Amino acid sequence: MSLDSKVPQGPIKDKWTDYKNHIDLVNPANKRNIDVIVVGTGLAGGSAAATLAELGYNVKAFCFQDSPRRAHSIAAQGGINAAKNYQGDGDSTYRLFYDTVKGGDYRSREANVYRLAEVSANIIDQCVAQGVPFAREYGGLLDNRSFGGVLVSRTFYAAGQTGQQLLLGAYSAMNRQIGRGKIKMYNRHEMLDVVKVDGKARGIITRNLITGEIERHSAHAVVLGTGGYGNVFFLSTNAMGSNVTAAWKAHKRGAYFANPCYTQIHPTCIPVSGDHQSKLTLMSESLRNDGRIWVPKHMKDVEAIKTGTLKPRELAEEDRDYYLERRYPAFGNLVPRDVASRAAKERCDAGFGVNATGEAVFLDFASAIQRYGKETAHVKGLDENDAVLVKKLGQEVIKNKYGNLFQMYEKIVDQDPYNTPMMIYPAVHYTMGGVWVDYNLMTTVPGLYCIGEANFSDHGANRLGASALMQGLADGYFVLPYTIGDYLSNDIRTGAISTDTKEFEEAEKEVREKLEFFVTNKGSHSVDYFHKKLGKIMWNKVGMSRNVKGLTEAIAEIKALRDQFWKEVKVPGTNEEFNEELAKAGRVADFLELGELFAKDALNREESCGGHFREDSVELDGEQKGEALRNDKDFAYVSAWEYKGEPSDAVLHKEELEFKDIELKQRSYK
Amino acid sequence: MNLTLKIWRQKNASDKGKMVDYKVTDISPDMSFLEMLDVLNEQLINNDEEPVAFDHDCREGICGMCSLYINGEAHGPDRGVTTCQLHMRMFKDGDTITIEPFRATAFPVVKDLVVDRGAFDRIQHAGGFISVNTSGNTIDANAIPVNKHDADDAFSAATCIGCGACVASCKNSSAMLFVGAKVSQFALLPQGKIEATDRVLNMVKQMDEEGFGNCTNTGACEVECPKGISLENIARMNREYLSASLKG
Repeated sequence: MSLDSKVPQGPIKDKWTDYKNHIDLVNPANKRNIDVIVVGTGLAGGSAAATLAELGYNVKAFCFQDSPRRAHSIAAQGGINAAKNYQGDGDSTYRLFYDTVKGGDYRSREANVYRLAEVSANIIDQCVAQGVPFAREYGGLLDNRSFGGVLVSRTFYAAGQTGQQLLLGAYSAMNRQIGRGKIKMYNRHEMLDVVKVDGKARGIITRNLITGEIERHSAHAVVLGTGGYGNVFFLSTNAMGSNVTAAWKAHKRGAYFANPCYTQIHPTCIPVSGDHQSKLTLMSESLRNDGRIWVPKHMKDVEAIKTGTLKPRELAEEDRDYYLERRYPAFGNLVPRDVASRAAKERCDAGFGVNATGEAVFLDFASAIQRYGKETAHVKGLDENDAVLVKKLGQEVIKNKYGNLFQMYEKIVDQDPYNTPMMIYPAVHYTMGGVWVDYNLMTTVPGLYCIGEANFSDHGANRLGASALMQGLADGYFVLPYTIGDYLSNDIRTGAISTDTKEFEEAEKEVREKLEFFVTNKGSHSVDYFHKKLGKIMWNKVGMSRNVKGLTEAIAEIKALRDQFWKEVKVPGTNEEFNEELAKAGRVADFLELGELFAKDALNREESCGGHFREDSVELDGEQKGEALRNDKDFAYVSAWEYKGEPSDAVLHKEELEFKDIELKQRSYK
Repeated sequence: MNLTLKIWRQKNASDKGKMVDYKVTDISPDMSFLEMLDVLNEQLINNDEEPVAFDHDCREGICGMCSLYINGEAHGPDRGVTTCQLHMRMFKDGDTITIEPFRATAFPVVKDLVVDRGAFDRIQHAGGFISVNTSGNTIDANAIPVNKHDADDAFSAATCIGCGACVASCKNSSAMLFVGAKVSQFALLPQGKIEATDRVLNMVKQMDEEGFGNCTNTGACEVECPKGISLENIARMNREYLSASLKG
């Protein structure tokens, strides 16, 4: 099957408007006869479910958590971008579009990104109307801050808990529809397969996680808003339950999987402390607005700091290497995530890491505390030369901006970041790859849609800060509700879809057999044992820095680990009960397949791009010497993989990316 | 550290349940409480025993999924944290730690330490929203300025994570801190005012129907709340409720 992106013709600024003017609509009376399934209730799924229900469709929404409010979008900290230009600093739809395409290293789809920038301003209006308490200035207007990779202040925020507030906004919109009976909510349900009838997605198979009951659910269309697959690395900033299962099952039923190797490594996470660790904790990128990143210049100071004979604050200014400010004077500490992550790794690999494992750099707020302290003292007419007072006032400002993040850091690391710099290191955060979708957000399976982090289209090879929340809500509130209507307009005479057919029966049978296998296989190792092993291979060989040898080894090792998993995995308990180990087993089984495809995709991409650094693709000289070298001539495409059984048999399809409105050029943050 | 754990084991909602003792060894003070339970579960699985079921997801203190009543306190002995952010450095080598589910009539046990907090969702269905269409055809976000202090207070109320610690800590299993937080968020914002009367009446009615008890101003909920939601929110809800009742 050839890939048709279905991007509308015409100038980019008119595409979406023209599209909306010409699609088929469904009459409100007919919408009542149409069912839509939405899997996942984060920003994308939750906003989609609420909006579809409001439009009049019958929505069935599913989440594996005990409540839709727990979806992992809740953990996003920093903010959401929107081209409002409230600050009058020159922002516009085009600039947001440009920054996002450039930030994504020219590997996203122009038309989708432009649409995202276009609807961004609307998202803020919508959320404010729903009662999302964004930060305000004293005049009562909305406050903004800036984020990595951009030169304007366009990020709206609610302290360090923006994701929480936006998710609760979407959740409240869902609650309104649940209360009205327009959404039927299935909590603690996990989707285990997609059911196709006559080539179209017509339903799903789920497992009730409390009773173990396997259920069939039918609909005229199925929407996946199931998030990313970063947990393939075992250690990541994702919630423990985040998984690839729904997307992977869709892939196995014919949905192409795009750019699986695009995983964002976030530069500001709390470093790994030991083998016991179950996950990594992100410190919002917004901290880079005020924090300066450094390591010591001299190896002797590194040793002294590690052994505790030298306190970081005691090291003289001239003995510190503020390596981002040194290498990228134009953007400094606000370079995009991939650049910041790679630079941290470079310093740590060179031996300058400041913690016991040598995998940490400092994020220091001392100069911001000074600066804010002096400013506040000046405003209040107090003594600007009183060091104690200035520090106190400065700390108060920092506390107002980032208090909850500082508290979180202190609880985890047991150090006070107001008085000693934080230690941070890059960690797996967000996946830019995902299910391939066209302009309508439909996958290669008719009637199967994919939105938010679970799809691939908007972020390219690297995601700029504060753009994930924007995409999730744009897809759910403002894009999908239009595009799905165009598809469903052909279904007004179909009537209810029966679940009593051979397609549902067969899909259910397959699901049952797999679950039965797990609880009867008397193996010798827990599910986590395999998951941790997979994670180690992924991080060491398919992580921030990749080469042909490592990737080839990873592919073989993951395959061998998968074989071992199916022989030796041990799952206690039965299928007919609340059984977390059983749920995990199915998810890890899917990660073991995805992991191999991930490595295979990385091997195919013989260029450095976004956070994906191929050691054989580096700028050799000039101003960009040592920086990542992209190859637009050969790799300006989306790799979309077709399932053919084993991941090694997957077939590559290419969607060539066209850049008509933005010139492809080397990213420079110097 | 070596520890003795006394854990509530209950096969399912209809099982009677009982406390069972376990030992864990080599626990690092840097582990989170849930990571310590991961160690126990790995040990149980290797010994062909059933692991202990407990709720958790983000492990960053924000999703509100984790619960646990530890040594008689919701989310354990530390202040301002959820169980996933509670670290073992809060305990001493040789300690015995008692771990139970959040107990309340309105939160039936699902299995072991997992409870059903669906009652919270149903209270929200009854009015925890502003009735605005999600069409995007709303007015410009800056068209209605909001006093910064009101916005900050609304935000503070809105940071409730719906974990249920307030209910578990209350001798009456009252949900008034949870409901008060949501009522306050909207009561403080101009966008939420129009339907404030119906909201508070409907939410309080649903709260009572779910079997939560009444507030007696003991304040245990505020002390145990991992997000520092203040009792002022209960007072504000009471004021809102009274004025709504008078309006009829």
